Amino acid sequence: MAVKEKNAAQKISSTTAKGRGAVSIRNVTKIYDPEGVNVMAVDNCSLEIAAGEVCMIVGPSGCGKTTLLNVIAGFHSLTSGEIYLDDELLCGPDKPLAEQGADRMVVFQNGALFPWKSLLDNVAYGPMVQGILSKSDALDKARDMLDEAGLLDVADKFPGEVSSGMARRAEIVRALINDPKVLLLDEPYRAMDALTKSIMHEALLEMYDRTKVTIFFITHDLEEAIFLGDRAVVMTTRPAEVKKIVSVKIPRPRDYKLLSSEQFRLLVEEAKEAVHEEAIKAFEAGERELA
Amino acid sequence: MSDQAISSDRTSNSGVAPKGLGLAWYRLKKNLVTPAPYMMVFGIVLWLGTYYLLTEGWKVPRFEKIPGPVEVITEFFSYDPIWGTSLFTEDFHENVYVSCRRILIAFTLATGLGVPLGLFMGWSRKFKDYAFPILETLRPIPILAWVPLAIIMFSGFETPILFLATLASFFVTTLNTMLGVESIDESYFRAAGCLGSKKHHVFWHVVVPGAMPFIFTGLQISIGVAWFSLVAAEMISGDYGLGYMIMDSYMVNKYVSMVMAMISLGFVGWGTSAMVRWSGNQMMQWRVKALALEGR
Repeated sequence: MAVKEKNAAQKISSTTAKGRGAVSIRNVTKIYDPEGVNVMAVDNCSLEIAAGEVCMIVGPSGCGKTTLLNVIAGFHSLTSGEIYLDDELLCGPDKPLAEQGADRMVVFQNGALFPWKSLLDNVAYGPMVQGILSKSDALDKARDMLDEAGLLDVADKFPGEVSSGMARRAEIVRALINDPKVLLLDEPYRAMDALTKSIMHEALLEMYDRTKVTIFFITHDLEEAIFLGDRAVVMTTRPAEVKKIVSVKIPRPRDYKLLSSEQFRLLVEEAKEAVHEEAIKAFEAGERELA
Repeated sequence: MSDQAISSDRTSNSGVAPKGLGLAWYRLKKNLVTPAPYMMVFGIVLWLGTYYLLTEGWKVPRFEKIPGPVEVITEFFSYDPIWGTSLFTEDFHENVYVSCRRILIAFTLATGLGVPLGLFMGWSRKFKDYAFPILETLRPIPILAWVPLAIIMFSGFETPILFLATLASFFVTTLNTMLGVESIDESYFRAAGCLGSKKHHVFWHVVVPGAMPFIFTGLQISIGVAWFSLVAAEMISGDYGLGYMIMDSYMVNKYVSMVMAMISLGFVGWGTSAMVRWSGNQMMQWRVKALALEGR
C-alpha cells in the first residue's frame, strides 16, 4: 500500500518536476492491409519517453519508425496497444485514431511549410486558426520567434525562396509557437549535406536548451542520434520493436568538439552494431519501405 | 563583347535587384543576346514568306483562291476596304465586341461554377463519388454534338451560344481543379491538422491555394476551349461575332474578310490567354518566385 502510494507520488513528480510531454507507448501494434494482405509495421512496441527527453529513434529505412510517429500524431490508427501523453490516453483500443492537435507538432521529412504563405504567415498560422491569438498578435509573436531563430531577414519570403536549412528552421519555429508538449521530427535533415546538418543540429540543441520540449526524433544517421539524443532507441527491422537502447550520458550543452571524443565514438559503435544487424535483415527481406 | 557583358553585369549586380521598368530593360537586354528573339523573327518571316509564295507569288493550284498576306494586310488597314470590312469599319468592331462579350460571360460562368465544383470534388471523397461519374460521361460528348440540343433548349441566338461555350470550358475547369486538389501533398493536410485547423481553415488555407497552379493551367486551356466552341456555335447559329463573320464571308465569297476574321481570332484568343496567365501569376507570386530561382 505504502509502496503503491510512493510510486504514484513519484509518477506525478516525474511529470511535474521535469516539465511536461511524457510519452508512454505501451504494446503498440500496427497492421496495414493495403491489398488484403496484412503487413505488420509495428509489433508490440513499448517505450517510455520522459518529459523533456530527446529520444532518438534509429533503424533501417522503412522499418516502421514513421508509422509509430504517425500513430502518435494521429495520422494513422493503431491496431492494438495504447499511447499516453502525460498520463492522458491519446489512443487505445476504444479510440484507435488519436485526435490531431497542437500539443504534438510534427516536422515532416520533406518539409511541409505551406509554399503559398510567407515564412511569417506560416509561423503565425497555428495560433491564429486555433483562435488563441488575434491575427496581429499572432504576427507579432511570429516575428519575435523568427527573430530569435535568426530568420527575421527572410520572414517575408516564401519557403521556395529560402534555403532548405532556413525553411526547416522556420518549420520548427512554426511548431514551437504553439508551445507543444512533444516535437515529432521525421528525419528532418535527411537531404542535407553534412555542413548544413551540423548547423541545423546546433540550432536545434540551442532551441532545446531554451524550451526543454520533449523531442521524438526519427533518423538513420547514428552520429546525429548520439550527438542530439539523451537516448538512442534502435528499432528492429519491420515489424518494428525496440531492439536496444543506447543511453547517451554526455552533459549538455553539447558542441561539435564532442564528435571527435572517444566516448562519442564508442557510443556510435555500440549503436552501429545493433543497427547493422537489422539493416542486413531488412536488405535481405528486400521489402518495399512503408511510408 | 563578352568583357563588356561581364562588366555591365557586375555594375547591375550592386546588391539591389532591379524592379519595374529597370527589370524589364534588364530582361530585354539579356534576351537580346540570346538567339531566341532572332529565331522568332526568322520563324515569322519563314511562315509569312511561304504563305506569300504559295498564294500571291507562285499562285500554286488550290492556293490561288486564298487571299495572300499582302492582300489581307492591305485590306485590314484600309480606310476604304474593297470588301467592306477592315480594322476601321463598324461591323468589324461589332463582331469582335460581341465575341469578346460572349467569351467573358461564358468564361466567368464556367469558372464560377467549375472551380467550386472541382474543389469540392477533390476535397470530399463522398461528393466526388456522387458527381464524378456523371461528369465523366458528359465530358467526352463533343461540343458540336450539343448544338441541336442547345438550340432546342434555349431560345434566340444568344443563349445557345453562351451555353455551348460555357459547357466546354466548364468541363475543363472542373476536371483540372479537381486534379489540382488531388495533387496537393498529403503532408500539407497533416501539417494543417497538427496546427489545429478546423475544416474551413483547411479549405481556405490548403485546398484553395494548393490547387491554384492546376486551376490556372486549367483556365488557360478552358479559355481556349471556350473560343473554340464559341466560334463553332457562332458558325452554326449566329447573328454576330467572329465565327459568324467567317461563315458569312465564306457564303458570299468574301475570302479576304474570312481570313481577317481568322487572324483576329488568333490575336484576340492570344490576348485572353495572356490575361489569364497574367492574373494567375499575380495570384501565385509564391510560385513565380520559386520557379524563377530554379531558372524557369
